Amino acid sequence: MKRNNKVIDYPVFTKEMVKDYTILIPSMLDVHMKLMKEVLVQAGYKCKVCDNFEGVAQVGLKYVHNDTCYPATLVIGQFIDALEHMEDTSKVALILTQTGGGCRASNYIYLLRKALKKAGFGHVPVISVSMQGLEHSGFKLDLKMATKLGVAVFYGDLIMYLYNKTRSYEITKGSAEELVNKITKVLAEKLKNGSGIGAREMSKNYRYICEEFNKLPITNEKKVKVGVVGEIYVKYASLANNNLETFLVEQGCEVNVPGLLGFVYYSLYVPQYDKEIYGGSTIKNLIYKGLIKYLEKREKLMIKAIEKYTSFTPMMPFKHTVNLSNGILSHAVKMGEGFLLTAEMVELIQTGYENIVCAQPFGCLPNHICGKGVMKELKDKYPLANIVAIDYDPSQTKVNQENRIKLMIAVGKEKL
Amino acid sequence: MRLGLDIGSTTIKAIVFDDNTNIKYDIYKRHYSHIKENLLEILKDIKNKLGDSELHVAISGSAGMGLCEDLGIDFVQEVYATRVAVNKFIPGTDCVIELGGEDAKILFLSNGLEVRMNGSCAGGTGAFIDQMSTLLNISIEDLNDIAKEHGKIYNIASRCGVFAKTDIQPLLNQGADKKDIAASIFKAVVNQTIGGLAQGRDIQGKIVYLGGPLTFMSELQKSFDETLKCKGICPPNSLYYVAMGAALSANGEMTIDDLIYKIEHHESKGHYKSLSPLFNNEEELKEFRERHAKAYVNTLPLDDSYNGPFYLGIDSGSTTIKVCLIDEDLNIRFTKYLPNKGNPVVMLKDILTEMYDLKPDLLIKGAASTGYGEDLIKNAFQLDGGLVETMAHLEAAKHFQKDVDFIIDIGGQDIKCFKVEHGITTNIFLNEACSSGCGSFLQTFANALGYDVSEFARIGLLAKKPVDLGSRCTVFMNSSVKQAQKDGATIDNISAGLAMSVVKNALYKVIRVTSTAKLGDHIVVQGGTFYNEAVLRSFEQMLGKEVIRPNIAGLMGAYGAALYAKDLELEKSNILSAEEIKNFEHKIINTKCGLCNNHCDLSINVFNNKNRYISGNRCERPLTKKAQDNSLNLYEYIRQKIASYEPVHGKRAKIGIPLCLNMYELYPFWFTLLTELGFEVHNSGFSNEKLYSSGQHTIPSDTECFPAKLAHGHIEKLLNEGYTNIFYPGMSYNIDEKISDNHYNCPVVAYYPEQLHNNVMRLQDVNYVFDYVGIHNEPYFKKRIVPILRKFDSTLKKKDILNAVDKAYAEYSSYLSDIRRKGEEIIEEAEKSGKRIVVLCGRPYHVDPLINHGIDKLIAGFDKAVITESSLSNRVEKLPRHVLNQWTYHARLYNAANYVSTKKNMELVQLVSFGCGLDAITTDEVKEILEAKNKIYTQIKIDEITNLGAVKIRLRSLFAALEKEDKNEKK
Repeated sequence: MKRNNKVIDYPVFTKEMVKDYTILIPSMLDVHMKLMKEVLVQAGYKCKVCDNFEGVAQVGLKYVHNDTCYPATLVIGQFIDALEHMEDTSKVALILTQTGGGCRASNYIYLLRKALKKAGFGHVPVISVSMQGLEHSGFKLDLKMATKLGVAVFYGDLIMYLYNKTRSYEITKGSAEELVNKITKVLAEKLKNGSGIGAREMSKNYRYICEEFNKLPITNEKKVKVGVVGEIYVKYASLANNNLETFLVEQGCEVNVPGLLGFVYYSLYVPQYDKEIYGGSTIKNLIYKGLIKYLEKREKLMIKAIEKYTSFTPMMPFKHTVNLSNGILSHAVKMGEGFLLTAEMVELIQTGYENIVCAQPFGCLPNHICGKGVMKELKDKYPLANIVAIDYDPSQTKVNQENRIKLMIAVGKEKL
Repeated sequence: MRLGLDIGSTTIKAIVFDDNTNIKYDIYKRHYSHIKENLLEILKDIKNKLGDSELHVAISGSAGMGLCEDLGIDFVQEVYATRVAVNKFIPGTDCVIELGGEDAKILFLSNGLEVRMNGSCAGGTGAFIDQMSTLLNISIEDLNDIAKEHGKIYNIASRCGVFAKTDIQPLLNQGADKKDIAASIFKAVVNQTIGGLAQGRDIQGKIVYLGGPLTFMSELQKSFDETLKCKGICPPNSLYYVAMGAALSANGEMTIDDLIYKIEHHESKGHYKSLSPLFNNEEELKEFRERHAKAYVNTLPLDDSYNGPFYLGIDSGSTTIKVCLIDEDLNIRFTKYLPNKGNPVVMLKDILTEMYDLKPDLLIKGAASTGYGEDLIKNAFQLDGGLVETMAHLEAAKHFQKDVDFIIDIGGQDIKCFKVEHGITTNIFLNEACSSGCGSFLQTFANALGYDVSEFARIGLLAKKPVDLGSRCTVFMNSSVKQAQKDGATIDNISAGLAMSVVKNALYKVIRVTSTAKLGDHIVVQGGTFYNEAVLRSFEQMLGKEVIRPNIAGLMGAYGAALYAKDLELEKSNILSAEEIKNFEHKIINTKCGLCNNHCDLSINVFNNKNRYISGNRCERPLTKKAQDNSLNLYEYIRQKIASYEPVHGKRAKIGIPLCLNMYELYPFWFTLLTELGFEVHNSGFSNEKLYSSGQHTIPSDTECFPAKLAHGHIEKLLNEGYTNIFYPGMSYNIDEKISDNHYNCPVVAYYPEQLHNNVMRLQDVNYVFDYVGIHNEPYFKKRIVPILRKFDSTLKKKDILNAVDKAYAEYSSYLSDIRRKGEEIIEEAEKSGKRIVVLCGRPYHVDPLINHGIDKLIAGFDKAVITESSLSNRVEKLPRHVLNQWTYHARLYNAANYVSTKKNMELVQLVSFGCGLDAITTDEVKEILEAKNKIYTQIKIDEITNLGAVKIRLRSLFAALEKEDKNEKK
């Protein structure tokens, strides 16, 4: 079988498999993943989010070229480790999202397939989900399901945002996390039953989330406000960033991790800028524009809810954020996190999170440019910016990483 | 009173202030990782001298963090502490440069506070100098002293310690003056600090030097002064600034007795990641030792009981020299294994004298050398032959296991592995520059912890919970050990863990095994490092099989050379006689070659028998005085071709174009476009060392690839030459050659113009045009380019531009077809004369003589034809791939590999720049394509390192294997 001149010599996820195959989902953002999983369950798939962490990197190193980026090592390591611990792997499939584009990360799916073969799991089908459409599979991602997954992203982002606003100030230790678990459960139940999708229901749920968090007893201490940006996986996956958020909270900081929605928007904006620079199809862009409009409506509801039902400052709408990198990095920079990373740093600085951890895999190519490359310019424009770049890979030690972060915090504390 | 403690990676510093900030007590002490013990000693000393009083206490330093968490004492981050102390004691300071055991830091205090610490890849400065002094076999004080008398500075890679070592070792082997090397080491530290940390910010004004290395080494200070063109201050108490800062920031109050009590009762949690032990009990160890005692060669005395003939093998390695004299029955009659102390010729003279003294009438029928110093030794002592070290090891291994199918050799500096099939080497793995130094690393580490290396290995054997230290570059290992110590790992567990990490490094990083079955069943391990039983055991454990370690594991190269000498079947060896050895003299003259603009550092060895031996050269010119024949070198042709685009004086302004990254191939396009419009187009020329260092200070990320870093130098050059118009367009996409699913540039190539804009401040003073364009879409490009070009001249007419664009496309395509035509010509010519053809693969920018370090010429010097991947990629249609085939330049590699795999007389060598993320993907695919057709895949990783020793070995091994294959076929 040939498509697009690629070799199809791997198992494909077929319709017949839907019923009794369990789909493994890599771990990343806990809340988001839990909610997205329920969307899949509601659509009739059996799913499990990976929860194995110990020794995963070592397994990855065994099967992936050691100079490949850390996220590939971890995701592939986590999958293979999970498979190795299963008695029967004949009814398992894996799912992986693909960002596509000129970054080497677009090769993960190929590396995963190579690694599976090497590890003796060549029979396990991999479902690849990407903007460029799906590779052969019995996995249907129609507009309906995409919308539902989008809804899960909104809920996830809102919960994460408010959790970060409260967890550092909670009066009863662990109360914020407890609340997250409670809310996630409620929403998961709704998604599982196919509800919570429409605009009205979302408004209701936003309100519920906001009110719950607003009720949580918190102190009014002054804390160092730290933003976290970076390569998407290292930024969000505690497995990759050595529990960065928790560490920051323990060090007495308030954390702000810009949500996943930004990345979704970014992926939709990129083809438009591309068309402007290099020419190309108009129809595709009309669809993307439509999607952006749709997202903006839902985003507006979320921001409104935060304004109305909590005492916290909401995030900026993305149509504002998207232009924040202007004058520093152009919108043409679209590989990896591209201009999004720079824009997020500016948003953080402008909203009071001048202290920033920029987390990336060791040797991340796009981040040379959109992360480390813009720091000089950012500091010239915003003299108060206090940014530290941290590299992550299997042998970077926690002690060195934490030492650098502590320096950033010490400087941040001074300005309190 | 205030107490500040600074617990660093290698030392503890303590300071006590009274209430008026007068120093009441200070101490500086190496802790050899016994932090708790040393700390208690210091505290008790303080109590003795100052009495038990209430103190404000704070701890700083990288090794102090964990302790603070456990004891509930204030922790002050060390850079922050430095800043507090400097502001207090040296107000008005603009910039602080502080070097520690493993850290390098720069603090900018004025005009916006900024702190910079060394990146994860540039670890170790104090530790680095320690390592280097061990390598030179002199003390740190002597290192500083001899540097005062230096005459010249060598270029030593400034990125990380391991690279520098690779540069220094050959210099030593070539007999360069230690004084010069010492000064060069300091210079390397300076470059590393400034290049890595300044990142575009000028270091000027009132500068303060702090920390151990800068306090103790006046020459290091001087080197900083020279480079920064200023005079920095190294204040009194420069060792204690971190401790002083901690003391000043101290809040918590307690008595010394409290503190002593807390530390005494501090039990570390022992939560480090551990591996299973090497041996569970003494019996296992005994059984293991008995098994390995079986692989041995007899050693017999060198006396009158046997009168020859004898055969001599010499292995002149990177740090050691090994000699083996064997008899007709292959018994060893005389052997030596000594460190070469940086001068193998002198060492060998002594060894040979000793040998001749034992038996003056020695009848030697053959003598051969191998290893790094092969040529030097062969020339100096007039040996009969030399062989590349991989071959020497194979010869010796076959003696112990005639069916050997895998050899792994871990020496002081390098790991070498060979896969053997049907008696010939079919695959060679050498460690890349980033993971070398394994054996000597164990030694340096043992010494740093206060042990001798064999003792250090021994204590690890029965360790119960060996530390899991990962498998990366040794520089990182220092920090891993630090972390483990923090978590309570004891020395025995660290020793075992280090041995295991050396093995992991070899298996996962060098050989990259996924299945140990692939290595074969008959594995011979050798090299001095395998005398270390912890390493040997761990290797067997990880492989899950038993291996053979000959009793002469460290001598295998020399033994193999002796076997080779025997195979020469000579009547008598030409080696210097006892008499000649006695009178042997040797002198080294160091000079710079002036025959071309590479300006290699040459060491000319002059021997009293009128023989001369030149080393340090990259080409044959200083030897033959003739220019090398490069008629069958496509790389050279391409360079000439690029240089042939000479600026044409026109009616419009001058425009400068940096000759970097994708510009190497697209230059004909842009040159033609702009020249047609009447601009005078200049480029920045090929790279050289000076150009590189001129741009180093603006590089924002120290882990970028070398070709990208060079772009900074090219821009600096254009700026220095006064160009006010500079053109370097950004391109996410490259030309679509229809052999891939997409046609991207890599992220670095795509966006580098913008990277330069954001980091080279001077670009803001000129008309720097870096707009994004896509030349793959010609109609759209024609629309887009018009306003962009008008940024250079608003009077440009659209019609003229469109006309020029057509010419540019035509020129680009004629340029490519000319290169392909020339490639064709070279192939035909090589086939006619029976020469082997090497397809030296990389990217277009690998033609740059500094990026490829002259490897194309080196290969041409082996009498091979050299062509590029681009000259072949159009000969194969678009094929399915197992990776996402979406980058223009990378797609060419796959096609070239397909083509090579069908050709008997062609070999593929892939150049990979360190830090190239995409090549992690391409190399595996290229390798698979070749190996599917039983072709040998050779990869050469390159960076700033200028030494070609390892590259030579690799290429010679490849050619030796091919020749042997040819010979076998003829038989």
